[in-house]
Amino acid sequence: MTAAMSVAAPAAVDTRPAGIRFDQVSVAYGKHTVLDGLDLTVEPGELMALLGPSGSGKTTALRAVAGFVRPVSGRVFLGDRDVTALPPHRRGIGMVVQGYALFPHMRVADNVAFGLKARKSPRREIAERVAEALEMTGMAAYARRYPRELSGGQQQRVAIARALAIRPSVLLLDEPLSALDARLRSGMLAELARLHRELPDVSILYVTHDQIEALTLADRIAVMDHARLQDCGTPQELYRRPRTAFTASFVGNANLLPVTLGEEGPDGTVGAALGATRLRVHGGGAPASPGATATLCVRPHLVGLGPGPNTLRGTVAEVQWRGATHRLLVDIAGIRLKADVRELRTPPALGAEVELHFAAEDAVLLPATAAPEAVPGGGGHG
Amino acid sequence: MAEVVRRPAMARKTGGRSVSGRLWALPPIAALGVFFLHPLALVVQQSFTPDEGGTSAEPYTELFAAEVFHEALTTTVWIALASTAGCLALGLSLALVIAFVPFPGGKAVSKFIDVFLSFPSFLITLALLFLYGTTGVANGLWTGATGAATGPFDFLTTPWGVVLAEITYFTPFVMRPLLAAFSQLDTAQLDVASSLGARPLRIVRRVILPEALPALAAGGSLVLVMCLNEFGIVLFTGAKGVTTLPMLVYTKAILESDYPSACAVAVVNVLLSVGLYGLYRVVSRRAGA
Repeated sequence: MTAAMSVAAPAAVDTRPAGIRFDQVSVAYGKHTVLDGLDLTVEPGELMALLGPSGSGKTTALRAVAGFVRPVSGRVFLGDRDVTALPPHRRGIGMVVQGYALFPHMRVADNVAFGLKARKSPRREIAERVAEALEMTGMAAYARRYPRELSGGQQQRVAIARALAIRPSVLLLDEPLSALDARLRSGMLAELARLHRELPDVSILYVTHDQIEALTLADRIAVMDHARLQDCGTPQELYRRPRTAFTASFVGNANLLPVTLGEEGPDGTVGAALGATRLRVHGGGAPASPGATATLCVRPHLVGLGPGPNTLRGTVAEVQWRGATHRLLVDIAGIRLKADVRELRTPPALGAEVELHFAAEDAVLLPATAAPEAVPGGGGHG
Repeated sequence: MAEVVRRPAMARKTGGRSVSGRLWALPPIAALGVFFLHPLALVVQQSFTPDEGGTSAEPYTELFAAEVFHEALTTTVWIALASTAGCLALGLSLALVIAFVPFPGGKAVSKFIDVFLSFPSFLITLALLFLYGTTGVANGLWTGATGAATGPFDFLTTPWGVVLAEITYFTPFVMRPLLAAFSQLDTAQLDVASSLGARPLRIVRRVILPEALPALAAGGSLVLVMCLNEFGIVLFTGAKGVTTLPMLVYTKAILESDYPSACAVAVVNVLLSVGLYGLYRVVSRRAGA
């Protein structure tokens, strides 16, 4: 996370592309700290997802950018402008919230024109920009409707059009898809991805608790938990090489096994002991000191049934049929391992002894942590 | 097929329900007739029955010719309109502050307003007398400080004193429905509006007010009617020059025992209330409430 901010040359829009920078931002309500020293930079034109469970501080971070909460310490920058003390109406930010918050007594066109009128734009410009924003979101045919006459997905589009009409350099999206049903949500995901491509100068901060939305849309993901930034990287980095047990578990619902490290072999693999079971995995670059404890992270879909390079023996505790796959929950040395395998013709019986395996390169070694709990919202992916 | 067979049975059932429904409506209608419409009819009848006997419109012609009636009518209307306007302005600004400006004790203030609604109107007038009356606290401080014989505060017995008392007493009646409406408002709308560049005043005018207009209309019409018919406050301020229609009814009926005239004034008062209320509803509906 560098502090470098590049301010690109003015583009066709009237606001310069600007990133967002959090500099040691803390927010507290009384003695309760809800955001703890956040350091994060969203580059101009980047879509950054703030991913985390509820109460992790992600929405507070977004509200600090919008100006609805005042940090107790630290500064918020939009581009090179310090906006920490600026009231919300002077920040020039587009915002879309969970319940859309359309103005119920205004027609769609008036909702979209609201920001332009507030900024006292010339009448002709207002008409042009409203038409443009409605065109962009596919809502041009609904300009004369009232919000109550629209479906959830259409209201969502209007909310986005309203935020885009002022041509903001920063767009804040606060759980924008959580009020939609699953089918509409995947459609809107594609829409948002298209908008992000069509608006290369707009920096987007996207708050969500849904890892699939974050993995699908984001250029980078900032993982938050307990008011702190836990991890930040591209979706691929976070998924393949998580740096913390929390990231591994929250993004992709990985298996986390407490192991004791052994000697490093000539092939670059490290010995790891899970109880009496000897495993060999790639160290991931971290210097391994024999005898130290570590957390071994392996994705459920990379665990296979039957003997293999790293074989684990356990008893089947649960079998879940998921159409194309079976999820097996296998108890190994007091730990419950998740394995997603291709649909089995004859799945193992409950209580049966089975062997599981995984490849050395599919595992990641993380610093040892206290036994991680099951994380809500992390299930089902991968 | 099953549906077709079942349909006549259902029709009978709903038919039966509507007959019993009509029966249920009878007791309240009867009660309304006995306790409200009958006395009203008696008042109207009395107003057309002069003391000399017979039936004529004489009480009305006499009344309409009398200077005191014209004065009372004008005074009633302008005091009610001024008080309502004052209540709307004060109630709206107070409700906005209580609902949207977080301050310690805001909840307690909101609770106090509920309690305030249960106070009798003369209590407020009495409190104002203690504060601004000729021997009240304000004048006492003034005479104590300057040694003058009388204080400068002498507005309570004027129509403005009545307006002040009515605004003080009736403002919570505007605030109650407004606070209820404000609590229904999605605060995310206010957040979005301000992030779009709207200043607080624009948010009040373009977002909050349009959505709270029905509540404002409800509170306003309630206060208007209550002000038109207010008796206790006018009596307690002891404003000698202030004669409103309810005061006139009291004077005619109790002090002069002129029942036909009193009833005629009462009928005019009722028509005025209903008329102004109706006008107010039409106007506020036009305004989008």
